[in-house]
Amino acid sequence: MSMNSVGRPTTPQAETAAGGFASLTGGRGLLQDEGLIFEMDGWSKTGVDIPEASISADELGDLVRSNPIGLPGLSEPETLRHYVRLSQKNHAIDLALYPLGSCTMKHNPRLNEKMARLAGFADIHPLQPQSTVPGALELMDRLAHWLKTLTGMPAVALTPKAGANGELCGILAIQAAHKARGDTARKVVLVPTSAHGTNPATAAFVGYSVREIAQTDDGRVDLADLEAKLGPDVAAIMVTNPNTCGLFERDIVEIARLTHAAGAYFYCDGANFNAIVGRVRPGDLGVDAMHINLHKTFSTPHGGGGPGAGPVVLSEALAPYAPTPWLTHGPDGLILQEEAIEEAAGAFGRMSAFHGQMGMYVRAYAYMRSHGSDGLKQVAEDAVLNANYIKARLCDLMSPAFPDGPCMHEALFDDAWLEGTGVTTLDFAKAMIDEGFHPMTMYFPLVVHGAMLIEPTETESKQELDRFVTALRALAQAAKTGDADRFKGAPHLAPLRRLDETLAARKPKLRWKPEAPATLAAE
Amino acid sequence: MRYLPLTPDDRRQMLGAIGAGSVDELFVDVPKSAVLDGPVDLPGFAGELEVERELGALAARNVAAGSVPFFCGAGAYRHHVPASVDHIIQRSEFLTSYTPYQPEIAQGTLQVLFEFQTQVAALTGMDVANASLYDGSTAAGEAVMMASRVTRRSKAILSGGLHPHYVQTVETLAHAAGVATERLKAAVDAEDAVIAAIDADTACVVVQTPNVFGTATDVTRIAAAAQAAGALMIVVTTEAISFGLLKSPGEMGADIAVAEGQSIGNALNFGGPYVGLFACREKLVRQAPGRLCGETVDADGRRGFVLTLSTREQHIRRDKATSNICTNSGLCALAFTIHMSLLGEVGLRKLALLNHQQALKTKIALSGVKGVEVLTPRFFNEFAVKLSKPAAEVVEALARRGVLAGVPYSRLDPHAGLDDVLLVCATETVTDGDIETFKTQLAEVLA
Repeated sequence: MSMNSVGRPTTPQAETAAGGFASLTGGRGLLQDEGLIFEMDGWSKTGVDIPEASISADELGDLVRSNPIGLPGLSEPETLRHYVRLSQKNHAIDLALYPLGSCTMKHNPRLNEKMARLAGFADIHPLQPQSTVPGALELMDRLAHWLKTLTGMPAVALTPKAGANGELCGILAIQAAHKARGDTARKVVLVPTSAHGTNPATAAFVGYSVREIAQTDDGRVDLADLEAKLGPDVAAIMVTNPNTCGLFERDIVEIARLTHAAGAYFYCDGANFNAIVGRVRPGDLGVDAMHINLHKTFSTPHGGGGPGAGPVVLSEALAPYAPTPWLTHGPDGLILQEEAIEEAAGAFGRMSAFHGQMGMYVRAYAYMRSHGSDGLKQVAEDAVLNANYIKARLCDLMSPAFPDGPCMHEALFDDAWLEGTGVTTLDFAKAMIDEGFHPMTMYFPLVVHGAMLIEPTETESKQELDRFVTALRALAQAAKTGDADRFKGAPHLAPLRRLDETLAARKPKLRWKPEAPATLAAE
Repeated sequence: MRYLPLTPDDRRQMLGAIGAGSVDELFVDVPKSAVLDGPVDLPGFAGELEVERELGALAARNVAAGSVPFFCGAGAYRHHVPASVDHIIQRSEFLTSYTPYQPEIAQGTLQVLFEFQTQVAALTGMDVANASLYDGSTAAGEAVMMASRVTRRSKAILSGGLHPHYVQTVETLAHAAGVATERLKAAVDAEDAVIAAIDADTACVVVQTPNVFGTATDVTRIAAAAQAAGALMIVVTTEAISFGLLKSPGEMGADIAVAEGQSIGNALNFGGPYVGLFACREKLVRQAPGRLCGETVDADGRRGFVLTLSTREQHIRRDKATSNICTNSGLCALAFTIHMSLLGEVGLRKLALLNHQQALKTKIALSGVKGVEVLTPRFFNEFAVKLSKPAAEVVEALARRGVLAGVPYSRLDPHAGLDDVLLVCATETVTDGDIETFKTQLAEVLA
């Protein structure tokens, strides 16, 4: 069995299919055996009726593409079937609890989808005259106001396109601030061992070396280690709060004080803002910059891996360096300042071609407006309540990584309780699939052995939480009573069984290619 | 609140199970000084109808592209997207799932990504493509960083035809990471000028075709010159429909092809979300940024798909990763894939030619207007014109007359001294009547 660098097995052990029943042609009840579009003989088909042009492109001469492109088409009914069949092989929030820790998989209101599709938002061009889009600028301004008020921060850069892009924005603002005061000696960014991978990746991407800060036995930043590592070479510290162990950093104010005393800035990874929104303002904790994943806390859909949005709130110290474009209030209304002049003169640059993720701004604003300030406070409280409820209901069978005291919005378990059962965290997670649930985040954070990080979110009912707890308790008991086969071969009931990730990486096959013609193959 | 299922009784019971007297006890680790007394100073909750009213009123204050003769391009393009695309991407199983970390219950998303990668590789004429980046401009930035890693050199040459906002995005990233850039002077048709700038320090040459002025260029010679000097050739394309008419980056010798994929399947959305296309030669793939989906088998030997080569990525490799990207543009990539599957090669070629035709018609119409000089020699669906008045003023005047006439080059690059240059784009959504209106109104404004 192969392992990857976090010790997770990547090759399945051969097992026979559960029940041994197979259909004759590959179908599985409602689940169709669906091939790739490249295998459907659609080389001469199209599903779009387009008028014939009355010209040729002769004047383009050699620039014209004469070789075949290699793209099949499908009629409309075939297209619908193909993608609907594929969709049925996905788990989704709308199907059941999706407890991926650190991802905040909550309900996605359809009102938000409807609003984002209004022609006045979806069908406007980023470079049409600003005088023709005052409503769009107003929406951005209202979103900015809500984000600033909820975080207690004076400024926000809206444009970053996802959480990691927001981290980059924050680190670049920090870099610009140091540079502006002539401090070029700071080459290090401090990151706790429990950090998201994006934190060290972001810092390293723009040339910082990354130094890790140790964690205490109770899952928090080790203040003594932080103090020892802070110095004139440190540009920033990146801390997630609540952290990836699902715990609030009790010493957060002291962390900020020490960081500032050393002349560094405090970047807060806001991935877990859902736990405190409406109840705690990061601005009151001494944070200089924090990204907000609109696709987590403010429920824009995760879409199978994006698009997200990662606006970054900034302190007074960093606000002057925010990237362009930048929304300002002019005498005749809002202006999108697209160049690094006037109010945006200190801008460190530009994160992307246009103004960020407008489609996500509309959805997030509709979500905030729907909840209101009282509703958002309830969001945090219910998210934390749900996580603690799961922890309480499972702590007699599974081992919480940090049993003492409450957790925030996610419950973290280690694999100590699986010792001697022959079942690993991965096996346990895969067995959850057979019970109808998406597995939790596993083997993260790296500081906890065999980690299982469960984030239920506030949009789960007690009934669904109980259903989930019942399934996990049944599985835990099965693991402890020697039913290891159930786990080793899991999942048995998913559209596919365990996949061979080692094979995929050893012989990468990253695209479909036509089979060699039989005549050639025979030669 | 309609999105919160817990009842007061549920909460009481759950607190009982936890052994806490109140929810406040669960926040015990938060410093007392930081806990707010009451709700923050923002409005209270609002029903669906109320939210629709507020957002509907804001949307109504914007001039939707579809409501007027519309000629804006310059990196974002208005195309007709079949209704079935938007229907499928709103299916719960696609909309409300996440990055396919558990392949056994994410084969829908994974197979789509495999189809997407294959389509993007075919369109760009490259060996392999990744599962998407944020947009074309950030993809260009990632490409430059990758070229620097591959060649261990630290200078990028940016052609004068590269979209100025792409230049800024690339420079922001590159400069922070210590990679220098040399940007050539803005020019309608002078991509070959990059050849003279190549030196032993050059990691890559970045050329856009069709470029920001609309000029289409065969970059074969540039690619050969770059590669002869040990540099990589990066080709940027902002209008993906052009792949249906013009020679692909791969056919012209690109090492890395990046593009904005918005044109296929995605609305204008005031600039985002879009979908960055990233493709490269096979031998470079282990240095590529972002997710990659690959084929494999399950424990029963059946074909399936997984995210692969993830030892390049931040969640495994941390500070040694090829990029910090995590969430990308999955749903936009899905929309792209569905629209592309509907079009097929047959439809794409027809659509591309129709775009070219409408742009040619627009060019011919505008050429007849006094005070207009067409600058772009060869183009796909957009071109630049020189006006007898500042382009920004003309665009504002035409907007007041109900025509969105294009993008003044000065809006992208105010320091180039090209204040009289207007970028005009015509896609299949432009009617002959729109062109006639544009011509008439422009003639009046310039008179």
